[in-house]
Amino acid sequence: MILPPEFQDWFARQGWQPHPHQLALLEASGDSLLIAPTGGGKTLAGFLPSLIELRDGVRKGSVHTLYVSPLKALTADIGRNLARPVADLGLSIRIEDRTGDTGQTQRRRQRVDPPEVLLTTPESLALMLSYPEAPAIFGGLRRVVLDELHALAESKRGDQLMLGLARLRALAPGLRVTGLSATVEDPHALADFMAGRAPVAVIQADPGPDPDIAMLPTARPAPWAGGGGHYAIPEVLDAVRQARTTIIFINTRAQAELFFQALWAANDENLPIGLHHGSLSRESRARVEAAMAAGELRAVVATGSLDLGIDWGAVDLVIQIGAPKNVKRLVQRIGRANHRYNAPSKARIVPANRFEQIECVAALQAVREGDLDGDPRGPGPLDVLCQHILLTACAAPFAADALFAEITTAGPYRRLTRADFVACLDFAATGGYALRAYDRWQRLMLRDGLWRLRDPRSTQLLRMNIGTIVEAEMVRVRMRGRGGAPLGEVEEAFAASLSPGDTFLIGGRVVRMDAMREMVIEVSPDPGRQPKIAVFSGVKLAMSTQLAHRVQALIGDPSHHTSLPPDTRDWLALQAQVSRLPEPGLLLSETFPHAGLWHFALYGFAGRNALQTLGLLLTREMEEEGLGPLGFLSTDYALLIWSLDPVRNPAPLLDPARLRAGLGDWLGGNAVMKRTFRNVATVAGLIQRNMPGLRKTGRQATFSSDILYDTLRKYDPDHLMLRVTADEAGRGLVDFGRIEEMLSHSPMREHRMLQRVSPLAAPLLLEVGKVPIRGEGRERLAGIEAEALMREAGLEVSA
Amino acid sequence: MSGHAFTFHGLRLEARASGALWWPDGRWLVVADLHFGKSERLARRGGPLLPPYEGLATLERLGSEIATLRPETVVSLGDGFDDMATIQALDPAVLAELQRMATMRDWFWISGNHDPLGHAELPGRMLDELPLASVILRHQADPQAGPDISGHFHPVVRLAGERHRAFLLGHDHLILPAFGAYTGGLSCEDASLRRLIPKGIAIACGRRAVALPIGVAPAKGR
Repeated sequence: MILPPEFQDWFARQGWQPHPHQLALLEASGDSLLIAPTGGGKTLAGFLPSLIELRDGVRKGSVHTLYVSPLKALTADIGRNLARPVADLGLSIRIEDRTGDTGQTQRRRQRVDPPEVLLTTPESLALMLSYPEAPAIFGGLRRVVLDELHALAESKRGDQLMLGLARLRALAPGLRVTGLSATVEDPHALADFMAGRAPVAVIQADPGPDPDIAMLPTARPAPWAGGGGHYAIPEVLDAVRQARTTIIFINTRAQAELFFQALWAANDENLPIGLHHGSLSRESRARVEAAMAAGELRAVVATGSLDLGIDWGAVDLVIQIGAPKNVKRLVQRIGRANHRYNAPSKARIVPANRFEQIECVAALQAVREGDLDGDPRGPGPLDVLCQHILLTACAAPFAADALFAEITTAGPYRRLTRADFVACLDFAATGGYALRAYDRWQRLMLRDGLWRLRDPRSTQLLRMNIGTIVEAEMVRVRMRGRGGAPLGEVEEAFAASLSPGDTFLIGGRVVRMDAMREMVIEVSPDPGRQPKIAVFSGVKLAMSTQLAHRVQALIGDPSHHTSLPPDTRDWLALQAQVSRLPEPGLLLSETFPHAGLWHFALYGFAGRNALQTLGLLLTREMEEEGLGPLGFLSTDYALLIWSLDPVRNPAPLLDPARLRAGLGDWLGGNAVMKRTFRNVATVAGLIQRNMPGLRKTGRQATFSSDILYDTLRKYDPDHLMLRVTADEAGRGLVDFGRIEEMLSHSPMREHRMLQRVSPLAAPLLLEVGKVPIRGEGRERLAGIEAEALMREAGLEVSA
Repeated sequence: MSGHAFTFHGLRLEARASGALWWPDGRWLVVADLHFGKSERLARRGGPLLPPYEGLATLERLGSEIATLRPETVVSLGDGFDDMATIQALDPAVLAELQRMATMRDWFWISGNHDPLGHAELPGRMLDELPLASVILRHQADPQAGPDISGHFHPVVRLAGERHRAFLLGHDHLILPAFGAYTGGLSCEDASLRRLIPKGIAIACGRRAVALPIGVAPAKGR
């Protein structure tokens, strides 16, 4: 395919030259993966072949091009961007989006009369494929464009999308698929991920000049702890003033709210600055996006909600508040600045606290060296496959052989064994239980060689359960008193950690917790007080292994401390004075009292997941030794455990043989495994997602997934869901290999007994994401607490 | 000792950590809301296929209390079965064991809203209410006709940051937690429970039974 004259004219009228990669994509004969920096005309490149094919008249009744993006906002943006060339070129093409936000009327119409170009998300695609009309809607499909494929491939959403793509390839033979991706560490792995039966060609665009990236110099040093970055407000405002348009990235929603407020408090010139994050209503996000597109904003404070590609050509500066946690993500965020091709992206980094200063310095070194991080992707998870099988049955009865053949054309499932497929099919059909079957009440029945739903009513339940993102249980927060104003929602785990009188932040306001009803926290305003605890926000970025190693090396070698800001140098010097510095080859730990409990800190630099596993294993050992562990938290660089009695000698606890023995039955009732099980069981359809309104009826109809986990472990330990849970935890959350690596690569051990918190441990105490240990320590604590309450109430305890 | 002993209208009672109520003077064991057959009922209605082992799990816990305490009488305070159809569909092993347990001692099935008609397949007597000294045993507490011992609400209490199944003890009402494995819970602070027991104590189940006041100060999280 070559660029037709009228398209060449159109490019010329815009004052543009078609990019080489745009032309390369036109010439491609099969499926392609385009790797290009933002601003390289990537999206237009993806759509050009479709526009050219559609210019010669339009075939009704079937979608020609399907565009899938991870964000609803992107589909709307793409729709707007495409409208211009389509109008300029006088093409008669209907472009519509279909997301969770699309109204019922439009959905119904699209099922009968689909547009030529349909813009959607992986979840909405899965829903559409579950309709009996799917073959009619997609039978004439010619092209699929997968945007931001690097982001989709990072989660189960990507696996679900690839299963959907396999379905589309079966419905529309000859389909051509184009993946669009930002810079990734291994393009060929991503190409293999999106491939069907034929290989995918990788097209690399010119990456453009090196970015202009540095720390933002500030007058005041970064604070000891916290994630706000407020100390840098004057410098950030200065930078915004000097740039045309700035995106200010910040890692959590609560931090974004606070930073936004602090910016405005100092914004004497009333520079137009907006806020964008996932908890805001659809309307307010849309307003900010429209204002950005129209060039009305000088800056927008955003979370990961703007990580992905809405194309705002005017953005010429990116400011990252807080450590990026991951070099690849940092590079991708930097790429959000300067969408003009062949001009360097400009980015400034503001570490939020002193530890993050070290991380930022290490990350900048990695960016300069082009050292991107990333772990190879595992095989497609079976819980996603279970959901896919059930949704396939919603569309039409299917034959097992044909479905297996189709599924194994999808990249992530190419090596799926027949045995695993059969196990998933059995789970979907009967529950897959070893001891007892639902003979009469199977979900899927085999009749005339085809699997079909026993009860057509279950389609509704199954469609409500679509998707692979499992939200945490949320608790509503509202102002105290009759009819108190609702403020928002926090995660149940965070709510459980609050005591009356604690202050926390929600919707940018500081409030004090007064009481907790079952599903509602009542609060009073408490302005002027620093919130003790920040709202726990779902998405937590984990620091990559490579970056963690760089950080450890930087801390451990004082001769390199000259690259750090003076205040950070002082902090590390103080740590060296009162305790000592961790360094490669040395495993440092400390024990100190704090807030009436003993704390044990271990500086392992093994990444959040491995240290979390270590936390589970160590607290088990401590439980056995009667130290009464109450909980722990893990960060990327350290593990902190608090207990009723102190750890005086960690050496026996850290014995690899003992830890390995503990791992053998670590699948025991720990919180991480239960959390993983909840996600897996929800995706696979064993647990129904909470339906809106169900929990408000007073009587809780739902019960904890923990009960199902415990029951399965006891009566059906080989059940598929437990295997999938163990696989998932083993791949992501367990990471025992890195614990062993940490132990074998740290032949030197040193334990310090301290009188108080060490400089390095101080930030740990302010971290969120604590994992409670339900053991003897907590029983003791519950007894103490209950007795105190009884005494307070003047009641005698007779037991 | 893992139970919590107390007196209710002249009866010396013990709230067991398992969620069962023990009356040592008469050797009675009282349990509420066993909900046998819950997974079966959900599956029948086209819902998720939950692990069909909750009958075994509930029965094991009940059997262990019976083995420990050797009661002469067992009372089920209603909702022993999730609905009438589940009795026929019950796991044969569970049904046989339940029959064996119920023939070896006096057994009373009080009817609940899930199982109002009684169950002919099982030994034991079917009743709407059962008097015990000056107290009535019934499925759901009657605000006008206390003192009574009942179930129905599946009460839970929050203690040290955890949800626990709980007994609620007020002046006129003693409400038992659900004994069945697959049962949700209603907070003791819910209006429907506060109306019955504005002030009293909750006895949280766990490894031990732990008593704490309710209706006095908000239950503290940690």
